Amino acid sequence: MRGIFNDELKRLLGKFTEMGINVSEQIYRATKSFIDHDRDMAQGVIDFDNNINEEEVNLEDQALNLMALQQPVASDFRQVIVVLKASSELERIGDHAVGIAKETIRIKGHNRDSQIESEIAEMTNAVRTMLDITMDAYVKKDGKLADEVIKANNQIDANYKKIRKEVLSNMKTDPKSVTGGTGYLMVANYIERIGDHIINVVEWILYNQTGKITEINADVTDVDGLN
Amino acid sequence: MANNNIITAENVRLYYGKHEALHGIDLDFPEKQITALIGPSGSGKSTFLRSLNRMNDLIPDVTVTGTIRLDGSDIYSPQTDTVELRKRVGMVFQQPNPFPFSVYENVTYGLRLAGVKDKKLLDQRVEESLKLAAVWDETKDHLKDNALSFSGGQQQRICIARVLAVKPEIILLDEPTSALDPVSSAKVEDSLLAIKNQYTIAIVTHNMQQASRISDRTAFFLNGKLIEVDNTANIFLNPKQQETSDYLNGKFG
Repeated sequence: MRGIFNDELKRLLGKFTEMGINVSEQIYRATKSFIDHDRDMAQGVIDFDNNINEEEVNLEDQALNLMALQQPVASDFRQVIVVLKASSELERIGDHAVGIAKETIRIKGHNRDSQIESEIAEMTNAVRTMLDITMDAYVKKDGKLADEVIKANNQIDANYKKIRKEVLSNMKTDPKSVTGGTGYLMVANYIERIGDHIINVVEWILYNQTGKITEINADVTDVDGLN
Repeated sequence: MANNNIITAENVRLYYGKHEALHGIDLDFPEKQITALIGPSGSGKSTFLRSLNRMNDLIPDVTVTGTIRLDGSDIYSPQTDTVELRKRVGMVFQQPNPFPFSVYENVTYGLRLAGVKDKKLLDQRVEESLKLAAVWDETKDHLKDNALSFSGGQQQRICIARVLAVKPEIILLDEPTSALDPVSSAKVEDSLLAIKNQYTIAIVTHNMQQASRISDRTAFFLNGKLIEVDNTANIFLNPKQQETSDYLNGKFG
């Protein structure tokens, strides 16, 4: 019964998972381009963002159609809502990847700091792992992901604070580091924001599994206390 | 949509005596699609559906003007053989109305009437039709049982099989699931979806969710007028007329 709805729902969920994988790739390529000083790769990330945006629009379109025409209820309804809400988070993550790629292009040729770049690389790995765990938990309907992801996000916030401190102190002593340094600040900030968007995706996945809307109070970065 | 329209209706007006019940309907039915006719009671949707195979002829004092063409030829022309017409345009009604004899005889009734005697062909058509109507598993060991001994949902699917057996081009359904429970309704809907790649289907329904779930196009009737017809997704997500939106949202009707 309701074969058509089930087929379409399956297709929708498949597309959503695919979007998650693509966004994860975008984060990877954006940060790799930044660390390798690779402008071509950065441009590739910027160009591919159109596809991500299109994926979001298509998911929204399909989700709205399913809701209006098939009137899903209970867990079927939640699955559609999750795609609708979480796909906008993924799209925002994609935008941040573009932000990182633009920094790559902007600061190429300026003074670089390998210590900070390796810290950014570390932060990137953490945030990608976060997204991969999250999408994996979504596919496997595994509810125990939250703790792990929150822990990773707190680590990312801590990394961000540390990088910020180091960059600012470098800028104070060496004016030539300012252009590169603002790039580091921006990129670290983008990654930190990506972590927060992933937390939002996790909240929707928990909603999918439990039917309860939860607000995860991940450690909020204290911007004023950074200097 | 670049589909061939198998039925085209132009400026159809229908009168019960002097009372005009349909005020000039223009509506086409694309081949191998499900078109849903929705609207409140008395809006003319069933009257219009019945005019597509001239079922209204049976009501005294009914006059139809305008043209309805089936594959290009006017079905209201004096040359039209209504028996032949109804063979091409089959109908399923609101109340399941199997004949009071066996399932087998019900399904083969139209074929026998047309003079088919080949037992092999009849057997084959019975199985085919009952399978298409998604009622084969429930009836295959009871083909000799009286059709009336089955549940309402099964009877309705047997009636659909009876229509399918004569291989019509078009199937008209007048609220086929309104007397059925949700599970039986869903089975009938599944049968319709299963056969739509072979048949053109027009369905009158009061169940808007049914229209949205199964139809490709939806036509909204109100007070004997066709207010709007479009792809079902457009009608349900973004109708052009305020009246359509109000009706779908249950504000009247």
